Amino acid sequence: MRTKVAIQNVRKTFEKGKERLEVISDLNFDVRDGEFVAIVGPSGCGKTTLMNIMAGFLAPDSGAVLVDGKPRIKPNSKGILITQQGSVFPWLTVKQNLLFGLPDELPNREALADEYAALVGLKGFENNYPHELSGGMLKRAEIARALVVKPEILYMDEPFSALDALMSLRMQNELLRILAIEKHTVMLITHDVEEAIHLADRILVLSQRPARIQASFDVPFTHPRRVSSPEAQALRVAILKELGVTEAV
Amino acid sequence: MKGGFKQSLPSILVIAVVVGIWWAVVIATKSAIFPTPGAVVTGTLELARDGTLWEHIGASLMRVGLGFGLAVALAIPLGLWMGWVHGAFVTLNPLFQILRPISPIAWIPIAILWFGVGNASPIFLIFIASVFPMIVQTTSGVHTIEKRFLRAAENFGVSRQKLFLKVVFPATLPQIIVGMRIGLGVAWLVVVAAEMIALRSGLGYLIIDSRNAGNRYDLVIAGMIIIGLIGLMLDGIMRLLESMKIVRWRYAH
Repeated sequence: MRTKVAIQNVRKTFEKGKERLEVISDLNFDVRDGEFVAIVGPSGCGKTTLMNIMAGFLAPDSGAVLVDGKPRIKPNSKGILITQQGSVFPWLTVKQNLLFGLPDELPNREALADEYAALVGLKGFENNYPHELSGGMLKRAEIARALVVKPEILYMDEPFSALDALMSLRMQNELLRILAIEKHTVMLITHDVEEAIHLADRILVLSQRPARIQASFDVPFTHPRRVSSPEAQALRVAILKELGVTEAV
Repeated sequence: MKGGFKQSLPSILVIAVVVGIWWAVVIATKSAIFPTPGAVVTGTLELARDGTLWEHIGASLMRVGLGFGLAVALAIPLGLWMGWVHGAFVTLNPLFQILRPISPIAWIPIAILWFGVGNASPIFLIFIASVFPMIVQTTSGVHTIEKRFLRAAENFGVSRQKLFLKVVFPATLPQIIVGMRIGLGVAWLVVVAAEMIALRSGLGYLIIDSRNAGNRYDLVIAGMIIIGLIGLMLDGIMRLLESMKIVRWRYAH
C-alpha cells in the first residue's frame, strides 16, 4: 500500500528562558494508507508534541510532515485531531456539533449529521447538549463529529484515557466497528499497551526525551482480537520491555 | 419548586421582624415625621390610585432601558473585538481601566453641562455606568475561551464568520450575560441617583420631591422600597437569561 504520511527528520526543541528542551530529535517513519499506527512511549517523551506536529498545529524546527507527498503546514479537515480532553462544543447540541465542520452549501448535510450520530449510537440524542451526556457518549459525539467531515486521517491523542476502564474498552470496540465501515488512516497515541495491541496494525515505541523510534512491532492478529491470547501477551511483554518495564508473566 | 416555601420562610420571617421592629420603634418614640409601615402602605396606595406612581416607575424604567440598551449595543461588539484582536485590547484597555473606577455620580456635573436637565443626562449616566463592566466582562469572556475549542474550530477549517458565530460568540455568551447583569444592576442604582439631581419624574425624583414638598417621609420610604423591588425584578430577568440552555454548560459547575 502507498505511503499516506511521512515523518521526515522532524526535530523540535522548546526554549524556556535559558533552558533548551529537545523534545523530538530526528524522527523518521512512514504510515501507509489505511494503516492504524499506535505510538507508545514513556510519559513526557513528547508524544503529544509529535501529534500536534503531525496534525499541523505545531511546526517542526526542521524536517517535514508529508501527507500524500505534500508538506502539511496547517491543520485542515483532511486530518482531525481527537484528544483526551475532548473538544465537543458545549454550547452546541450534538447535531449542531456534527454540522459544524460541514460546509453550509452541502445539500445533504442534515441527513449526513443524522447518519453519523446514528453510526456512533447517538440516535435520539441529536438535540441534547453535551452536558446532558455521559463521558462515553461525549466521546462518541466527538468521533462522529470527526468522521462526518470524511477525514482521511484520524489523529487520536489518548482519546479514551479519561474514561473508566470498562468504558474505554467499550469505546475501543466501537472504534474498531466504525473503522471496519470507514477505512481511515489512524494514528493513536496511548500509554496503554493493551489498547495499542487491541487496535493497531503496527506499534511504534518511542524513547525517552528526545523522542526517537526505539522499536517497531507489527501486530499480525486478525480482528476481533483477544488481548489475553498467549501471542498477544508475548507481544505485550516485548513492548513493555522496550519501555523499561519487566514483569513476571 | 418543591420546598420553595420552606426555603424562603426564614427570609420572610427576617423581613417581618425588621418591619415589626420599625413599627414598634416609631410608635414607642412617638415620631412626628418618620412614618410607620402602615403609613407607607397608605401613601403607596394613594400614589398608585392617582397614577403618579406608574408615571415615575415608567420614567425610570424608560431611562434605564435606553441607557442600558445603548451600552449593550456598544459594549458587546467592542468587548468581542477587544477580546479577539490583541492590538485593540492593548490600545483601549488602559483607557477603560482608568474610566471604570470613576463613580457614575462623579459624572453628574458633566452630564448636566453636556446634556442639560432633560432625559438625556440620566440616560448618559446610565450608559456610562453600565458600559464599562459589560466591556470588561465580554473581553475577558473571549480571553478565557478554552484553547481546545479554538483548535477544534481551526481543525475543521471553517470560515471566519462561522468561527465567530458558532464558537467565539456562544463561548463568550455566559460572560456577556454576567456583564449584563452587573451592568443592569449598576444602571438601576444610577438612575435613581441621577433623578434626584434634576428632572420632574422618576423614582429618584419622587423621593427628593416628597421630602422637599412637606416632609412626606411615607412616600420617601415607599419610593425606596419600590426601587428595591424593581431592582430585584430586573435581576430576576437577567437570571432567566442565565438559565438558557445554550449557556447552561458554563454555570452548571
